Amino acid sequence: MSPFRAIAAAALLAAAASLSAGELPQEQRRSGYSFMGPDSRAMQDDDTSNPGMLFVLDGEALWNKKTGHAEKACADCHGDGRESMKGVAVRYPAFDKALGRPVTIEQRINLERTRHQEAPPLAYESRDLLALAAFVVNQSRGMPIIAGDDPELKPFVEKGRELFMQRQGQLNLACANCHDANWDKRLAGSPVTQAHPTGYPIYRLEWQSLGSLERRLRSCITGVRAQAYEYGAPELVDLELYLMSRARGMKLEAPAVRP
Amino acid sequence: MPSALINVPPKAKRGDIIEIKTLMSHTMESGFRRTSAGELVPRDIITSFTCRYNGTEIFRADFFPAIAANPFLSFFTVAKESGKFEFEWIGDNGFASTASASIRVE
Repeated sequence: MSPFRAIAAAALLAAAASLSAGELPQEQRRSGYSFMGPDSRAMQDDDTSNPGMLFVLDGEALWNKKTGHAEKACADCHGDGRESMKGVAVRYPAFDKALGRPVTIEQRINLERTRHQEAPPLAYESRDLLALAAFVVNQSRGMPIIAGDDPELKPFVEKGRELFMQRQGQLNLACANCHDANWDKRLAGSPVTQAHPTGYPIYRLEWQSLGSLERRLRSCITGVRAQAYEYGAPELVDLELYLMSRARGMKLEAPAVRP
Repeated sequence: MPSALINVPPKAKRGDIIEIKTLMSHTMESGFRRTSAGELVPRDIITSFTCRYNGTEIFRADFFPAIAANPFLSFFTVAKESGKFEFEWIGDNGFASTASASIRVE
């Protein structure tokens, strides 16, 4: 093998290794917050300027509102959500025994509605579902993420990881090509970031609204010109689970503001 | 259920310049967007905001379609006396919402 070829092979090997290694050491993990400008940070830091907090307020009102045939409110079983929901969101997506697979916070809220309140499930990305999710997740703000700890979740974390590493779409890009290999660079002037979902549901200025991690994933998938999975699809939930387990130990900051 | 977030310092020294911040929940639909079927989405925005300090109007703003959803306003006034700030938002389709906050001036 010529010296040039050896170097090229070594470079290829190194690239392959960095792609499969994936996980950054804890001290190098950064929230999307740290990539933002001072104005966006200030907007998130002050609860009276963070528009996500409007959804948290609405969510608290819904928490206490009776609904469905059972005429029950979330509060009738769970009491004061400000207390009972502390530390719940940091372990989501969590394993649901009846379904035998992980469910997101939004799916959990809808399962509770159908199973206990006898109410119809709320549509994905509807204001009420986002508001309830924001209220629940907000109670764990500042707590470290522990998602994916449950041994029953292991195969699903692995599936999510495979999806993260798999090239797809007309642009033939895997999530890892940007968010592991090029997170310190820019795409069309915006920071690429490390894809640690520490602040969902987020208030995205571009959306002019709150949105879930699934919405964010779908727009990324559309961005590489692949066919996006439907809301609630097992693939999206597995991916969400992998991303949350990857952000383990980082502090939850929902509802975060992102440009 | 329109909700608002208000930030007024609970107390201030007489003569202090204080910052007042308000955030109102509203979609601010511009009236220029179309549905996937091509129909125009009717305009639905807040058109005016007023702030009164113990009954006297100290700040007013007119809103237009180019203003983003959930409008955030920040403005300043001089703390003159203890009392109440009253906020009022008025908009399309009979939208009207009020909020208030009190301040103690020493």
